[in-house]
Amino acid sequence: MTTKLFGEPVRRREDARLIVGKGRYLDDIGHKALAAAFVRSPHAHARIVDIDVEGALDVEGLVAIYTYDDLNGPMAEPLPVLIPHPQLTHPRTNYPLARDVVRHVGEAVVMVIATDRYVAEDAAERIVVSYEELPVVVGVDAAAEARASVHDDVPDNVAARHHQETGDVEPALAASPHTMSFTQYIERSASMPMEGKGVHARWDADDRSLRVYSSTQASTSVRAAIAAKLELSLDKVEVVAPDVGGGFGVKIVHPWPEELLVPMAAIALQAEVKWAEDRREHFISSAHERQQRQDITVGYDDEGRITALDVHVLHDNGAYTPYGIIVPIITATQLVGPYVIPVYRVRVDSVYTNTVIVTPYRGAGRPQACYAMERTMDRIADELGLDRSVVRERNLIQPDQFPYDHHLTFQDGRPVIYDSGDYPGLVDKLKTLVGWDSVDSLRAEATARGKHLGIGMALYVEGTGPGPYEGGHVQVLGSGKVLVSTGLTSQGQGHETAFAQIVASELGVPIEDIEVTTGDTRRFGYAVGTFASRAAVMSGNAIALAARGVREKALRIAADVLEASPEDLEIDEGLVQVKGVPGTSIPLRTVAVLSNPLRYAFDEAAKQATQFTTHDDSKPPVAEGDAPGLEHRDYYSPLRSTFASGAHAAIVEIDPQTWEIDIVKYAVVHDCGNVVNPMIVEGQVQGGVAQGVGGALYERMVYDADGQLQNASYMDFLMPYSSEVPDVVIDHQTTPSPLNPLGIKGAGEAGVIPGTAAIASAIEDAVGRRISSMPISPTQLYDLVRNPDSEMTAVAAGRAGTGVMA
Amino acid sequence: MKPAPFRYADPGTLDEALAVLSAEGEGAKVLAGGQSLLPLLSMRLAAPTTLVDINRVPGLDAVEVTDDGVTVGALVRHNALLSDDAAAGVQPLLARATANVAHPAIRNRGTTVGSIAHADPSGEMTSVLALTDGSVTVATPSGSSAVGWRDFFVGPLETSVHGPAVVTSAFFPALPARSGTAFAEVARRKGDYAVCGAGVVVTLDAGRRVERVRASYVSVGITPEVHDLTEAVAGKPVDSADWAAAGALARTLVDPDTDIHASADYRRLLVGVLTERTLADAAAEAAGRAA
Repeated sequence: MTTKLFGEPVRRREDARLIVGKGRYLDDIGHKALAAAFVRSPHAHARIVDIDVEGALDVEGLVAIYTYDDLNGPMAEPLPVLIPHPQLTHPRTNYPLARDVVRHVGEAVVMVIATDRYVAEDAAERIVVSYEELPVVVGVDAAAEARASVHDDVPDNVAARHHQETGDVEPALAASPHTMSFTQYIERSASMPMEGKGVHARWDADDRSLRVYSSTQASTSVRAAIAAKLELSLDKVEVVAPDVGGGFGVKIVHPWPEELLVPMAAIALQAEVKWAEDRREHFISSAHERQQRQDITVGYDDEGRITALDVHVLHDNGAYTPYGIIVPIITATQLVGPYVIPVYRVRVDSVYTNTVIVTPYRGAGRPQACYAMERTMDRIADELGLDRSVVRERNLIQPDQFPYDHHLTFQDGRPVIYDSGDYPGLVDKLKTLVGWDSVDSLRAEATARGKHLGIGMALYVEGTGPGPYEGGHVQVLGSGKVLVSTGLTSQGQGHETAFAQIVASELGVPIEDIEVTTGDTRRFGYAVGTFASRAAVMSGNAIALAARGVREKALRIAADVLEASPEDLEIDEGLVQVKGVPGTSIPLRTVAVLSNPLRYAFDEAAKQATQFTTHDDSKPPVAEGDAPGLEHRDYYSPLRSTFASGAHAAIVEIDPQTWEIDIVKYAVVHDCGNVVNPMIVEGQVQGGVAQGVGGALYERMVYDADGQLQNASYMDFLMPYSSEVPDVVIDHQTTPSPLNPLGIKGAGEAGVIPGTAAIASAIEDAVGRRISSMPISPTQLYDLVRNPDSEMTAVAAGRAGTGVMA
Repeated sequence: MKPAPFRYADPGTLDEALAVLSAEGEGAKVLAGGQSLLPLLSMRLAAPTTLVDINRVPGLDAVEVTDDGVTVGALVRHNALLSDDAAAGVQPLLARATANVAHPAIRNRGTTVGSIAHADPSGEMTSVLALTDGSVTVATPSGSSAVGWRDFFVGPLETSVHGPAVVTSAFFPALPARSGTAFAEVARRKGDYAVCGAGVVVTLDAGRRVERVRASYVSVGITPEVHDLTEAVAGKPVDSADWAAAGALARTLVDPDTDIHASADYRRLLVGVLTERTLADAAAEAAGRAA
């Protein structure tokens, strides 16, 4: 059969359109729309004393100016706390436009609407906002010290104290043969999609309805939020995510102030209004992630087996908590990785700072978690003089231990129970792939060239595909075209291809006949969103179930026509036929026509289904309990998340004169269960690794003590170019998930998770100095190696003793 | 990120350009490749009243090569200079440094003279103009005159040229006899502004001994500087000169700044390393040319 495309490396169908510039992104919509621009706070913490708009009023082309005082009803209330949690005891969110106090540079204070963006910025520049500056809190340590407060009514700056434990950690530590404690830091980075956020709104005054386009990862929930905040009936609001130029997490947050203010203005002004975020706005008023301080105490035995683990994390959540404590929870629960941790306690204090909000960025707390766990493994190995891979192997959950219950509660409120996996298999494959056991010869060869070479590895387990649900709709038209829709959105992941592959395989139709629509509330109103490596798991399974429903109905109708039993029928290449009897067949498109009994013949195909053509006086045209049309809608709602896994290794070479760091090899073994399209999965892994390299070596948000972001441009925020990203060698392992019909696990975030941990380990191995703060740049590495107080690893001390490396 | 309103003029001759600049006064800026100016406009860090686009002015797009040196017209793009073999034959530093200027897309539009007129101490070509002891030609309504690099660069993003004026060309003197050059950079990412860059010229005497060593650095100091490193290696045979000693000397002569990408100490380290490395290459070239 030619239509079984599940598992095949089908070329991405959306790429031709996107690559030649035929994508339709937010800013391609509404060329004649009025434009919004924002006056944003230049201060990290200040009281608004006065807003003087006088100077802007004579700008030609100015249409409207809005401040907080112009907001009414629910719009005048703080933005929602999207994901409440009992331990989030002090949630705080901003207003759509600042009221009284601004708490980070970039917070929106005034919205200007004008004939175009140039004029809007001209007017915005002339608005004078007077501020009284307040003390500024930057960094987790300053937040914890709490000499100043971000929110007056949260004097200790603690938004949440998240706490989980699987036993009594203190006695377990006391009883451990060895213990060690250490502190490490990880810095901020950000999603940085090529396309920033953007909103276009159009009010239809005749229909009294609103259409909003938003560059979002969650169109159905944006719709609900707009309806609630603007007090509109849900049926009068439609939200469409057009082509979206990357999300990586930042666009799952909603409603952004602009997603409410732009529609509000469109209704008030009875005009199309658009806002397209510029890069500086994205840096200072969207979201960042990653900054944590991690205090770790671990107990272990002589073999390197962990006996107890106690972790205290200070997590920087920025100025507000609209997305709750999802990132802290993920760090807390994913930290245990692929290991048996007999007793585990984790406490995450999520603290306020006068900086941009912190919400999920691809990986979403997992890179930090992996960094904590894997660097712990490295330190145990170093202390005991064991190979780092051996210590890991001794702690792994074994293949016969699944399902494995960690007795923790995950970000979806469900238990952390690993569904399937083969972690020793990952390590075996990784060691072969990277050449783990023969690295000493590489090291010697590099030393001869005057370079320091080091290797590191990191393992992770990733909870993917959280609920609550997604849906899918599949409809066969009389033309033979198959329409597929799902409510979640696409930001470049290849959904048009992967979902079409699933339907082609389930339904037995050529992929060319399939059209996939995502993120359009007109087509599918129930959805959660695209995040947490969940699209393939959630919508993929829902769409498969919907396709199976269509197939069942098609076979039933065709069985009547072909006078055969449905069990004897098959569908291949869009033809329903009796198995093994060539010539007894009916095209699926004809089945679709017959599924909808007609009175009116509007075209040639329709004639086949009209009332004087089809005759069976004994039955009603539409059978009881049936519905016209060859379509089916279904949903997939999982019991809990499914857990993917993987292992990365990096070999780095360091120039001991300039301290430049070169990744000479990067190896990945990846297990996401059954794979819909291996080419797309490899692309996801490669892209994730690029972001992992960025997070390890290049990217940081450089805030000064005043809360000013010093590198808010692509010139100074150093995302790696392709020239900085190594080629990745990839091997796959497949342990299908028993939790869903397709046996798949998520793959979207995997590539980014272990980068910081693996690269830190490799650099430490190369230079022999403890790396406890990431990312690290050449100038910082130079400072580290010449600092007499920096800690030498035991392995390096040993090598120094034998003269292998001075 | 939209520029504030400005007027735009696209004069067809140099005289016309100067006339517009005179009429518009201090608020007018010359636009050539726009690779530095236009981002400044978009971020509203600069708000000129008028952009005087000289791209239609004839005669400014030539690279003239003589035995004395290379004259680069104001509209010569970096990529044109990079691929000009005749220019590289007379002054090899031009191609070697230009290859480090940003990325191909920027080199296709950006101009070498524009980069010099922008006077960014992170620019490669400002440093090369200094190292080669070059000059620029400045046209004003009252005539043209040559301005040596020492008089031209005043501060970061600041030159001695004020009032209505167009820098019409830059002149890079030829590499002297028995000399060799090299240029190298350390950047965080390929094509970024250098954390530190170094260009060097080594001149030998008739006996293949080191006669003169000069170096100039990128992203070190607020204006381009040329450092004479001769004393560290003077009179040494080219094959056994201690280039590390010259690097060590260089480290004592520079006064780099700290920024978010590198500490002053790290830049000083790189000055030493890059000096040593480039001098070895330049000396080898000088030895070849002296043979």
